[in-house]
Amino acid sequence: MASFDVIFLGGGPAGYVGAIRAAQLGLNTAVVEREALGGTCVIWGCIPAKALLEAASLATRVAKGAEFGVTVGEVKLDYGVAMKRSRAVSTQNSKGVEFLFKKNKITWIRGTGTITGANAVTVKTQDGKEEKHDAKKGIVICTGSRVKGLPQVGLELNKTTVISSDEALVLEKAPKSIAIVGAGAVGCEFADVFNAFGSAVTLIDVAPAILPLEDQECSAELAKAFKKRKIDVVTGAKISNVKIGKNSVSMSLDAGGAKRDLTVDVVLVAAGRAPNVENVGLEKAGVKLTERGFVKINERMETSAKGIYAIGDVAGPPMLAHKGSREGVIVAEVIAGKHFHPLNYGNVPNATYCHPEVASIGLTEQQCKEKKLDYKVGKFPFSANGRARTSGETEGFVKIIRDAKYGEILGAHIIGAHATEMIHELAVARENEYTVEEVDLAIHAHPTLSEAVAEAALDSMGKLIHA
Amino acid sequence: MATKVVMEALSPTMEEGRLVKWLKNEGDAVKSGEPIAEVETDKAVMELVARADGVLRKRVLGEGTAAPVGQLVGVIAGKDENIDALLQGAGGGGAPAQAAPAQAAPAQQQQGGGAKPAEQVIARAQETAGASSVPRSADQAQGEASMPPQQKAAGAPPQSPGPGQPAGSGRGAAPAGNGGRARSSPLARRLASERGIDLGGMQGSGPGGRIVKRDIEAAATAAPAAARQAAPVRPRSDADFEDVPLTQIRKTIARRLSESIGPIPTFYLTAEFDLGRASELRDAMLEMGDEYKVSFNDIVLKATATALAQHPEVNAHWLGDKIRYFNRVHLGMAVATDDGLIVPVIFDADQKRMSEISAEAKALAKKARERKLKPEEYTGSTFSVSNLGMFGIDQFTAIINPPEAGILAIGAVEDKPVVVGDDLEVRKKMRVTMSCDHRVVDGAVGARFLQTLRRMLENPLMLVF
Repeated sequence: MASFDVIFLGGGPAGYVGAIRAAQLGLNTAVVEREALGGTCVIWGCIPAKALLEAASLATRVAKGAEFGVTVGEVKLDYGVAMKRSRAVSTQNSKGVEFLFKKNKITWIRGTGTITGANAVTVKTQDGKEEKHDAKKGIVICTGSRVKGLPQVGLELNKTTVISSDEALVLEKAPKSIAIVGAGAVGCEFADVFNAFGSAVTLIDVAPAILPLEDQECSAELAKAFKKRKIDVVTGAKISNVKIGKNSVSMSLDAGGAKRDLTVDVVLVAAGRAPNVENVGLEKAGVKLTERGFVKINERMETSAKGIYAIGDVAGPPMLAHKGSREGVIVAEVIAGKHFHPLNYGNVPNATYCHPEVASIGLTEQQCKEKKLDYKVGKFPFSANGRARTSGETEGFVKIIRDAKYGEILGAHIIGAHATEMIHELAVARENEYTVEEVDLAIHAHPTLSEAVAEAALDSMGKLIHA
Repeated sequence: MATKVVMEALSPTMEEGRLVKWLKNEGDAVKSGEPIAEVETDKAVMELVARADGVLRKRVLGEGTAAPVGQLVGVIAGKDENIDALLQGAGGGGAPAQAAPAQAAPAQQQQGGGAKPAEQVIARAQETAGASSVPRSADQAQGEASMPPQQKAAGAPPQSPGPGQPAGSGRGAAPAGNGGRARSSPLARRLASERGIDLGGMQGSGPGGRIVKRDIEAAATAAPAAARQAAPVRPRSDADFEDVPLTQIRKTIARRLSESIGPIPTFYLTAEFDLGRASELRDAMLEMGDEYKVSFNDIVLKATATALAQHPEVNAHWLGDKIRYFNRVHLGMAVATDDGLIVPVIFDADQKRMSEISAEAKALAKKARERKLKPEEYTGSTFSVSNLGMFGIDQFTAIINPPEAGILAIGAVEDKPVVVGDDLEVRKKMRVTMSCDHRVVDGAVGARFLQTLRRMLENPLMLVF
């Protein structure tokens, strides 16, 4: 039994960032984590997936080498090697978090934690022993989320022919054919990876567009780019008649009347994640859930039970690492009694790392219409951008939606190479309430892809220069 | 090092502030930038923040007491530091804070007649304290310079993209003096200038007190809300009246409005009431016999007295340094005599029955015309009514009988065509104009009183309810 000021249940991007901030604020901090530090982000999500996407990007670029006067020999693709590299990167990052814990004198309690009292956490360690720990100032639930199957259409995860992103990240080879069910960020990224590694990819979503939460124009542009790369995109599709064989899965698709049968080696289910709310002792502690099954919190990250907080995926969407990390910072500041800035959930950037990349912040044009806002749109294509031409990455555009009267940036959407890096200019602008005018007035270096951002801002004012 | 805590100019027009509440006790550790007291300015209650780290050693100014800008209100110093020297200047009001190292006061704060000693303290504090409400005057300068988009577009044709295009982010404004950064977002400045919101006294909710969009939106919605709550229902007590010290905002309103429109800043509210039911009531009573005869004026007096009892915020006197709200209704009624106007008083009119009011009004008018009124019969009114309806006057404005806060001017009851649904009907209409002393009665307050009066006169059964 040890006594701490605060115990974080989970060492993912919400918990570990919160723990570091808490320690920096002078709190005696512990993190309960049964796996390696870093959580889904570092072990089963962001980091290894991006390492694989980098491999995919390299494969695509090498294939275009001749155009640039760089001819390489025979190109061999080996998913297994790419996978091992991604695991190494993942481990490296996890060790990095371990180092940060040591540096900040944070205690890592290895095991599975359960809330057993107002200030008490019981941890079951790997050898089956139970330890009781005391959290004087607060317990933070940051147990994250997990992959889930689609049993309602007969796609229960079996880890061989019906897999999730968890298994996809450790496959030894790319399957000959793969159907990816769910065309959100995860689905689109794996479609990109397996396509680059030679799989025949069918990307399926029940929604009428891929990346359904993004601006429709970005979704359409990405679908166009995917189709060009021979990814079979089936949207508005209902799945039925699923038959799971030993080495293959067959199903029927009905996309608005267009019916077809599909047989693939592997199905990857990427249709969302489930919050880890079980076996944490929530009910006994009096922690209430939302209708959608997430832990209910307020802007101070407090749950319905005094002294118990929740952050990250388990505390509700958007289920993004950077949203969880910010909640971690806030919960640390709240528990330490410091001033904190409430999280503006309308200003969390979205990023999908397929090629071309898609990134956005704020409202989509559909949402502006639904809200009946008076807005103007500025758009600039990368095909008109010098830097994009030099690298041969001219797919995509920057789209900025501004308030017609005051110039407030209501939403910004970028699809194109390095979109996920470029979006932050607009995140800073929105956070500081700069209008399109300030974005234009900031001088953008030439030649850069970011010039397209300034041009889109100009276009929204009807003052486009390079088009 | 010991530091004086002085009353700061928390809004650009603030000349004195009332210390509402100390947030720290003597002996409490304080950090620079931490709120230590709440101060009511001419605009709002704001936080006075510490300008140095240390211990709040002395609270010089008591809660509820006002002090001019620059006066010492407290001392922050080390735990055992000798602060006697600093306290010596505390006695006199507005004692110069000589102990503060004199640094060049920011140019912008010198406007309006030389830098006050306090500003030297503030100027020094700005170097150390992150959050400060003082530089907000800089925000205001920016905010004011930021014209509404249309205006700027018109004024700067080469740049202007045309109407409806955003422009005028306030960038053209001169940088704030003393190197202070403007703590408001471009969007907030634009919204504020459009909506005519003054950023000067505003407390920002962004980092370092930066004024952001949500603050402007809150201010825009708070203004009508505040107006709605402006007239708290005053609990009735056994005392005849209650004196309420002037709040800073009341003082500022009084001063500014008097400057604008003579000694009594008056405004007028006119409403047209439907006297159909009152007329029926009068006819019905008349049918019962002459002894039940009442005039429209009697009904108006009874209704006014009853309405005043429900609206003590109108039944009030302006006494220069305070407002006296009456718990009793002594209704003055203007009577024209050959010598001129005199206003005899129906005391406790709200407690009297219609017949009593009618009889008393008749007797007082008679006495007035015969010049037989005793002084005690024409002094002591809390509110007055003047009726020129009998002269066929439709509508007029009456002059307030000081120190009263209002007077009602009653016009003639006339048959008028009125659209009811899709039909034209003939209705009995009467115009009432209320003159209000704006130092006491704000527009909405007067309007609510007239609403009550309308309910009573249009549904005279309310008078017996």
